[in-house]
Parts: sequence; C-alpha cells; structure tokens
Amino acid sequence: MSAVIDTPAMPVAMPARRPRALPRPARIGIYAFLLTAAAFFLLPLYVMLVTSVKPMEEIRLGHIFGLPMKMTLEPWVQAWSAVCTGLQCEGIQGGFWNSVAIVVPSTIVSILVGALNGYALSFWRPRFSNGLFLLLLIGAFVPYQVLMFPLVRAFASMSLFGTLPGIVLIHTTFGMPVMTLLFRNYYATVPRELFMAARIDGGGFWRIFVQLMLPMSLPIIVVAVIMQVTGIWNDFILGLTFAGREHLPMTVQLNNVINTTTGERLYNVNMAATLLTSLVPLVIYLVSGRWFVRGIAAGAVKG
Amino acid sequence: MGAVNILEQLDLAVQEGEFLVLLGPSGCGKSTLLHSIAGLIDVDAGSIHIGDKDVTWVDPKDRSIGMVFQSYALYPTMSVERNMSFGLRVAGLPKQEIAKRVQRASKMLQLDPLLARKPAQLSGGQRQRVAIGRALVREAQVFLFDEPLSNLDAKLRTELRRELKQLHRELGATMIYVTHDQVEAMTLASRVAVMRGGRIQQIGAPGEVYARPANMFVAGFLGSPSINFVHGQLTGLGGDRAAFRAGAFEASLPREVFMNPPPATADAVLGVRPEHISLTPPGEAHIPAEVTLVEPMGSHQVVWLDMQGQRLAAIVNSAVPPEIGDRVGVAMDLERACLFDPRSEERL
Amino acid sequence: MSSSRRSRGLRNVAAYAALLPMAVTVLLAYLGTMAWSVRVSFSSSRTLPVDNFVGLAQYTKLFETERWMLSLQNMALFGVLFIVGCMVLGFALAVFIDQRVKGEGVLRTVFLYPYAMSFVATGLVWQWLLNPELGLQATIRGWGFESFTLDWIVQQDAVMYAIALAAVWQASGLVMALMLAGLRGIDDSLWKAARIDGIPPWRVYMSIVLPMLGPSIGTALVLLSVGVVKVFDVVVAMTQGGPGLASEVPAKFIMDNLFGRANIGLASAASTVLLATVLAVVAPWLYARHRAGAKAGAHG
Repeated sequence: MSAVIDTPAMPVAMPARRPRALPRPARIGIYAFLLTAAAFFLLPLYVMLVTSVKPMEEIRLGHIFGLPMKMTLEPWVQAWSAVCTGLQCEGIQGGFWNSVAIVVPSTIVSILVGALNGYALSFWRPRFSNGLFLLLLIGAFVPYQVLMFPLVRAFASMSLFGTLPGIVLIHTTFGMPVMTLLFRNYYATVPRELFMAARIDGGGFWRIFVQLMLPMSLPIIVVAVIMQVTGIWNDFILGLTFAGREHLPMTVQLNNVINTTTGERLYNVNMAATLLTSLVPLVIYLVSGRWFVRGIAAGAVKG
Repeated sequence: MGAVNILEQLDLAVQEGEFLVLLGPSGCGKSTLLHSIAGLIDVDAGSIHIGDKDVTWVDPKDRSIGMVFQSYALYPTMSVERNMSFGLRVAGLPKQEIAKRVQRASKMLQLDPLLARKPAQLSGGQRQRVAIGRALVREAQVFLFDEPLSNLDAKLRTELRRELKQLHRELGATMIYVTHDQVEAMTLASRVAVMRGGRIQQIGAPGEVYARPANMFVAGFLGSPSINFVHGQLTGLGGDRAAFRAGAFEASLPREVFMNPPPATADAVLGVRPEHISLTPPGEAHIPAEVTLVEPMGSHQVVWLDMQGQRLAAIVNSAVPPEIGDRVGVAMDLERACLFDPRSEERL
Repeated sequence: MSSSRRSRGLRNVAAYAALLPMAVTVLLAYLGTMAWSVRVSFSSSRTLPVDNFVGLAQYTKLFETERWMLSLQNMALFGVLFIVGCMVLGFALAVFIDQRVKGEGVLRTVFLYPYAMSFVATGLVWQWLLNPELGLQATIRGWGFESFTLDWIVQQDAVMYAIALAAVWQASGLVMALMLAGLRGIDDSLWKAARIDGIPPWRVYMSIVLPMLGPSIGTALVLLSVGVVKVFDVVVAMTQGGPGLASEVPAKFIMDNLFGRANIGLASAASTVLLATVLAVVAPWLYARHRAGAKAGAHG
C-alpha cells in the first residue's frame, strides 16, 4: 500500500530504512528481572519441599539447596501422625481435622450473614443502616487485641469459650465487615429494577433473598468462599485464643510443633508439617486463580 | 501485522488541506489504515509519504501528525495546559516557545478560560478541542481522527460535528477522519473514501459518491433509508435508451445512466434511491404497488411498498400520507438511477 | 442503585430483624468491647478487672516500660521496611509484567502464591532459611564464600530486617495484584496518544500512569499499614520475639500481658494506643473514599 499526503513545505526527503525492533537489552532486562524475582519467590517453596524429603544426616551437612541424595517420605509420615503437639504425640493430623471442623461452618455462616447484610443494606436500607455499616467497616481495621479480652470474658460467661461453636462465632464476627462489604458492593451492581419487579410480583424480604438474590450471587459466593476458607484456615491468633485445647487449628499446632520442641529439632519433619498446613490454601489458590485475585481486588485482607 | 492481510493493495493520495473521510463498516480496515499512517502500526509492504518525506519507518512523534482518539485520551491527572504542553516539555523545547505555542492554540480553540481545569471537569466538546489543541501545539501537518464522535449521544454529536467542520475551515489543515457513520462522512468530508475488506471501493466528493456509486456496496452504504435494488434483466438497447424489465415492471432508462457500454441483454440490478420515487394515485400509467408500512419522520414520511413482489422504500412529503393497504402508483426518476451487474456488483 | 435522590429506605420489619446480628456485632462485639477496653485501661486491673479509676497511670507506666517502647520502635522500623519494600517490589513486578511478556499467567501465579500461605508458615520457612548453622549462611559458605554472613535472625540489631524480609516476600504479590488491576484499567488509547506526543515509556509511567494509580496506591498503603499494626503471627512463628526482646512488637506485648503476665490494665492501655494509631490512619481514608464515592455516582 502507499499513502501520499500532500502538505505545505516539508523538508528534504529522508531515505527509507527498516526500523530496529525494540532494543534487545531492554527486552532481556525485563525478563532478567522477572525471572530473578520468580526465583526469589519460589526459593522458599523449593527449600521446603527439598528439606522435607531429606534424612536428618543430609540436613546437618548444611546444603540447603541440594537435592536429596537419599529421598525419604518418613518426615511426612512423622509430621502427619507422630509429632508432639503439646501433650499428645499423634502428629498434626488432629490439627488438620480441627481446622476443617472450624473452617466449614465458619465459612458457611459468615457468608450467609454477609450476604444477608449486603442484601438488606443494598436494597432495603432501613434507617441507620448506613451509619452502622460504616462503623462495621472501621471495625475491620481494629487490631484484635483491643477486642480480645472482653470477648474472652463474654464468651466464658456464655460457656462458649474454648468450644467449637465459640470459634465459629468469633470467625463470623470478625469476618462480617469484609463479607458484608463484598456482598453489598456486588448487589450494588444488580439493577434495582429487578428488585422492584420482584416486589411487584409480591415477593417479601425473605422470599426475594432466598429465591432471587442468593441464586444470583453465585460468582461472588465463589469469591467469598475462597477468601474465607483461605483466611480462616490461615488464621493463628483467633484460633490460639478462642479455640480451646481440643479444637486447636492446624496453624497453632504447627507453631507448637516447631517452636516448642525440646531436644533436637527435626527440620525435615518441621518442613513437612509446614507444607501440610499450607496445602489446603495453596491448592485452593492454584485451582481458583482468577477468582482469588478478584477477592483481593474486593479489598480483602485477613490477618 | 500477522498472517491475515488487513489492508491489501491500497493506494491513496491525500490532497493538501482536504478533509478526507475513511468510511466503512467495522472490520473494513479504516482504523488500520489510519493507525498505519500515524505510525502506530508497521506496514508489511509499501510506503507512506507525508509531504515530501518518506515516513514509512519514522516514529509517530516525528511524522508531524496529530491524532484524536475516540476517548480523546487526555491525560486525566493533568490540567488542560499541561496536557497540551507535556509533549513539548519532554521534547526539551524552551519554555518561551512552549508558552507561545500553547497560547496560540488555546486562543484558536477558545480554551483560554479552561487552561487550569482537568479533563474530568470538561464537557465533551471542550475535551475534543483540547485533544485537537494537543495536536496543534506540535505544529502537526496532518490531523488524524479515529471515530471521535462514536461514543456521544446524538445531540452532542451533531454539535461537535459542526464545530469540527468550522475548525477545518479556519485551520485549513489536512484532516483524515475515520467513521462508520455515513451522515458524518457526507457532512464533513471534502472527499469520501468508502472502504470494505481492506480495499478502497470508491473515493470522491460526497455528492459524487452518492449520486454515482461505483458498485452495489457503495450505493447501499450511503443514504438512509438505503437505495432500492430491483432485480431484473436488460431487455434491449435502442438509440439512447435501454429497456429494463423485472417481472411485470418495465422501465426505460437513458443511456447516460451507464458507466460503460452495456451488453444488449443481461441480468441487471436497478438501483433507485427512495427520494427519487414518488407516489401517484393508482390507475395512471404507472406501476401499481401496495403500501405495507409508513414511518413518519416528522419532516417527511418513509413509505414501504410492495411492488409486484419487490420491496421498495419511498420518501414522501405529503400533508396526507398514505395508509397501510393503499394501492398507489409508483413513479421513478430514472435519470438518477443506476444499473449494476448482479454478479460483480459493479456499476454498469 | 439507580435512585437519583437518597431514597428513604423501605420500612420493613424483616429488614430490621435481618440486620440485628450486624447491629449486635457492631454495638457489642466492636464498640462495646472497645469501650470496655478503654475503661479498663483507666483502672488498676491486674488479673481481673477492677472497678476503680486511676487516670492515666497505666499509660504513664506503659511509656516507661522499656519493652513497650522497644516494641513501638520495632513496629516503626518494620513498618517502613515492609511498606516501602512491598510497594516498590509490587509496583515493579506489576509494571514489568504489564510489558506483554510471555508466560504472564505463570509469573502472576508465582508472585502471588505466598499470599495464600499463612503468616505462621511464612515465618517458619524463613526461620529455617535464615538459620545461620544450617540455612542460607551455611550453604553459601559451603560454596566457598567463607566470610558470608546472614545471621540477622540471631542478631539483636538486625532481627527486624529478617522479619521484614519474610513479610515482604509474603505480601508483595498483593501489591502487585492491586497495581496490575489499576494498570489494566488504563485506556489503551492513552498509550497511543503518548506515543504520538513523543513521550518515552518510562516517562509515561512516572508522569501519567503513577498519578492515575492514586486510588490503587492508597488502598495498598492502607492495607499494608493495617498489617503493620497487627503484625503478630510472623513474629511468634519466626523468632518468638527474640533474640531476647529484640523483635518484640506491640501486638505480642499486649497478648503476653493479657494472658501470660496477667496485667490487663497495662495491656488495655497498650491496646487503646494501638487502636488510636489505626484509627488515625484509617478513618480519614475511609472518609475520603466515602466522599469520593458519593460524588462519583448516586449509588446510594
């Protein structure tokens, strides 16, 4: 093709030449930086994996990056079923099931409450609800310690302290601000006409919620589930304080295993235990990909 | 540009000071052509000259062009003044020179009272002027417009269209404008290039392209409602007239209608614009038809007819418009009609 | 919501009833406990709350406690390192990834996965990595660099660097994700216009993109700051506050005094100080966002 555009008085014609592609150094620099960064981020994971399958003799040699000369899965078995978490020595599997027992109901309840709140705030807007919501949001930033002791006493007086329902209630309470925000923002994108049509059709508060809004909320529920499962599973301080000895989550037990052992530290077992504890959220992260990022974009941070 | 050729075999010569509109449907390559001229896309083969300079491989910033985008692409965190002067400052021009150029452009575009405002505080028309101002201060020789009015509502669009035409008169600069809206093309252009499939179908003054389309695509693209096509045959030539028949419909066309000498008998498509069709009371020596739909447009009415199985649109301006079901007679001004070859779609 | 004026809100008993848990939570679990804590901080409670009023005695005692002052110092140091580190690294990662590199999806996954791990796990891993006898120091010495030292974790002056390193490793991905979302929101034609104006890419990032990312940067800063104030898990896991008290942080100080050393008056005073700090950062930001939101569109 050729395009000739006439203009008044232009300078002398320039010879045509092939342009140079984006300078090589710049492109190489970009990749170099990114790959170095990737190495920095992957390093600990690599070390964890490698350490967790080495026998202790190799670890004592002090080559942290070296591949195992003699690979063994013994540390994993030990971590799961034999290490001492406090008084018992049955491995971290107890903590795993505790965490599951905590995470499942907490996620369900906190999401339901959040959805309900978001729904009421978005569509119905009773008096004072906006002010209340603002206060709730501020609550999301308050450090736990401020609320800790009074809550402990309150729970103790209600016989909820150290019980499973207790920790579930705690997680629901502390998760309420973010969950409510999430759903409220989501429902803000639903056209109000839909809601009004439902009311004209005769729907009341609960019917509209259960039969119309909840089913429509599937995408945001997925995001909420990911956020809550990851956040509650990874929680440490709340579980430490409120869960009681029989229900300690995996994170707390992990810390016990590693930081309160007497005698020689079995680093391979420790790393195996750490990996086991991180397994659930990592798998969720890898599987959910874009949904995980969406949760972040919704302004979420737990802990 | 990848394996698919977006533009093929395209030769275009733009005259100094003209307002050239690249018109066509989505995907016809008009934006690609504009971006190539700007230097934002590299060409695979051929050359581009601006003035006497071969700019085929020159950076956009050195091509002496300015470009206005659909979203105007103003720097949102900078004031109007900074928006216009930023490029010059980066280029290292002395402060006095920058101030001089900004002042001149601002005066020409009536932006003086707005210099301190941010783009978010400007109206659509003001933003358009700032975008043009950005190109002006760079002393661009050619202004490129990439569908700048497509995002706006109808009223604003007509207003800005007029401003643009006015501006072109005042500046006298060469402007290349891309759009899919034929009304914009007709009102703004000094020349229109109708594009389809990466090729220019026809290029010429708006009136020319409208009255004497080179093929069926161009004929159908311009004009609203679009031109009526009647499929039939050429049945004979005699003297300075040719006979056309489509079923029971017969017409006799003057020789001037043809671009090339036509074959004696062949399939042909007759193209008649709605405004060249008038309705007569039935029974007179005109082809009968039945009214199927009437669309009142305020200043006129569009009447849809069924003429022996062929659907036609006619523009009628009457105090008593016809009603659905009326039987009317159809009269056509065949001096202004065209004939097309149904296979090649070219003008006969 | 498309209502053009503030709608009065629908009077419906069910709505009020449904929001009751939220009201209870806000009033009791948040405001009530905060008030309670503040109240206790004005008393001389030790193991159990005591109903007297001692004015600012606890606060004076607090700021004379060396351990508290040290924890504040540590928090400040950690805050600077953590926030600067995360912002710079996160922004750099976002910008580089945005350059249309191959394997973008994989890279994003790699940079963000640490955020999916708990702070405890992060602390433990880095504790292992920074172990002087068996970790990085030993390994690199084993490669022949006899004088290489990386024993931050056992040095009183340097332990906070170690913790900051682990925390930056964990949270940079978050900043990257936020920045990337902001970058992607920038209209393509802006880049083209800048190209025609002759503005080099780095200048575009500095003068045009960065200002446009204001809100994303604000969000990131607030989230990171809150994380700084709350930092607890990673310290407990990585160093237990040690060596000695060198890596003590306010959150840990409070927890220890609440449950371990049974001095709830002091702990409450410390909590109140922490609360005030957080509110000072968060309240103006929330207010600004609320105002911007109200201005931008009547979504109620």
